[in-house]
Amino acid sequence: MSASTTTNEKRGLLNFIRRRPGLQTLVLIFPSLFWLVVFFAVPLLIVFVYSFLKRGPYGQIVWEFNLGNYARFFDPLYLKIFARSFKIAGLTTFFCFLFGYPMAYWLATRPAKWRNTLLLVLMIPFWTNFLVRTYAWILILRDTGLINNALMSLGLISQPLPLFGNDFAIIVGLVYGWFPDMVLPCYAAIERLDFSLVEAAQDLYANEARSFLRVIFPLTLPGVVAGVMLVFIPSLGAYVTPDLLGGAKSVMIGNVIQSQFLTVRDYPFGSAFSFVLMAIMLVATLIYFRVGARTA
Amino acid sequence: MERNIAVLVGEVTKRFPGPGGKLDAEVVAVDHVTLRIRDGEFFSLLGPSGCGKTTTLRMIAGFEHPTAGEIYIHGKPMGLTPPYQRNTNMVFQSYALFPHMTVARNVGFGLEMKKIPKSEIARRVQEALEMVRLPHFGPRKPNQLSGGQRQRIALARALVNRPEVLLLDEPLGALDLKLRKEMQIELKTLQREVGITFVYVTHDQEEALTMSDRIAVMHHGEVLQVGSPTEIYERPTRRFVADFIGDTNFLEGVVEQQQGDLVTVVVDGTLPVVTQSEQAVSPGTQVTVAVRPEKIRLLPNPSRGEYNSFPVQVKQVVYVGTDTRFRVRLSDNVTLAVRAQNLLSTADPDAYYGDSNTETYAVWLNDAGRILLD
Repeated sequence: MSASTTTNEKRGLLNFIRRRPGLQTLVLIFPSLFWLVVFFAVPLLIVFVYSFLKRGPYGQIVWEFNLGNYARFFDPLYLKIFARSFKIAGLTTFFCFLFGYPMAYWLATRPAKWRNTLLLVLMIPFWTNFLVRTYAWILILRDTGLINNALMSLGLISQPLPLFGNDFAIIVGLVYGWFPDMVLPCYAAIERLDFSLVEAAQDLYANEARSFLRVIFPLTLPGVVAGVMLVFIPSLGAYVTPDLLGGAKSVMIGNVIQSQFLTVRDYPFGSAFSFVLMAIMLVATLIYFRVGARTA
Repeated sequence: MERNIAVLVGEVTKRFPGPGGKLDAEVVAVDHVTLRIRDGEFFSLLGPSGCGKTTTLRMIAGFEHPTAGEIYIHGKPMGLTPPYQRNTNMVFQSYALFPHMTVARNVGFGLEMKKIPKSEIARRVQEALEMVRLPHFGPRKPNQLSGGQRQRIALARALVNRPEVLLLDEPLGALDLKLRKEMQIELKTLQREVGITFVYVTHDQEEALTMSDRIAVMHHGEVLQVGSPTEIYERPTRRFVADFIGDTNFLEGVVEQQQGDLVTVVVDGTLPVVTQSEQAVSPGTQVTVAVRPEKIRLLPNPSRGEYNSFPVQVKQVVYVGTDTRFRVRLSDNVTLAVRAQNLLSTADPDAYYGDSNTETYAVWLNDAGRILLD
């Protein structure tokens, strides 16, 4: 008897929810909403509040509202790091596009039954842990690494080439790391392209180069922009790659933020720096949506 | 070579490698095709899907190159000339309008690529839009157009370049029936006006008959017959042509005798069918006689003179609005399809054509039948 009453009560509760669409929605989104609020919105708010506070002598937080952290950002030292980060992220994005677009084009124009296999082959190296892959680059690029050893033993060079511990090494590591993020959206856009449009362009006296510039590229631009976003944003905030491959001279935004939190223990300044970075990324994303809306 | 030939497809063969490039699985899409398309004519390639008509068109455009043979446009061998260096333009089945450009940019694309001055482009684009009766559509985007409008813009985009030859790949295929009929007449009128050679690919026999000056019927990569619509319809030389275009009765028989251009063929051992043939056929040859259903009349009395006239039994009567369709039995093994236009407005066709018990004769003129070569 008691079992049947509970079932009825449960049914009553379910029916109670079913009759109220608003409540139903709330019940369904509650888990994700809870997650977002507790682990995303609240911490972000804390960081935002911290960014207007001060660091005490022992690294503690001093509750004193000021804009000094944001002003410090304009210190030439940090501006230089910002500029370098932009340059590295920009070059990374550029090279990812330069190598990734032709790759994506090639993949997307293979017979349909091969495409998934080829995409899988492209992805396999990226199943290895990111740190391990970045360490591997150390073994390749350093003065006694694979490249320099090979070239020196062949007698082509007498001094090791400066491949490691500089911007070059970071760009190599980042291009390698974010390459699939450029290839995949480009691939998706090229695969969707109606190739009779390319034939139409060629029929209308456009040679290969012009049909690429006037038809193929503009129509796959949303994929390119998505790829640029997916590569540029994480490259700009990169931390592990410059830390491992860049050495002491090549510091990026990510390293500054990391050292503010873990070494200097200046939480307010680290928070402000994070917010500046986020603002830049937000602007970039808005540009992306505008381009996307225009081409669609 | 004749001066007035716009496109000469000379002994062209196109083979495509089989799946995975296997040579033994090769597909022969076009097999030793020769076509002489005259300057200023509306020429159709007609056939079922996979007959090689589109491949032939794409070879004229330059998207595919012949495995053997050569294509000449106004006497110039095309060889491996890419599409953008050929003075042909194509209207694609899917229209292939550039979705990121306005209608005006689409139409002007070819002229822009040819580096024609901007002012002239603007003028010619406007002329082309007026020609297809969409003069105010320049600033729109293709996705703001209906199917019929896209079709016209695709036509304007090709014609604005004043090509030597306009190639059309089933351009009306995606339109609904009523619009398609309208566009058929419009296309034909337009072709007369501009005087450009049209090469038109279609699988729709009625469309080909309506618009073409001449038709090439293709099947399995071969051209079976080339001729005017009336030649193709009234004097098919091959069984496939007679079958593919319109309805036909096929009567198998043995040639008994030939007197001038009249041949007597004995069908089913007993029925002497007289038919016309321009070529000599020796007695004893197995042949097929093709007779169109609408050439046969059902009469209450036999007719003499230049007629075939056989008593028949009416097996089936189907009223289809414009026509009534009959199935009549000529002999134990031979039935005929007969079609009669409903000239009278009666609800009961039996009142005029009788039922299976009434004596009825199937009658057709001697020259209504055709002897087929295969």
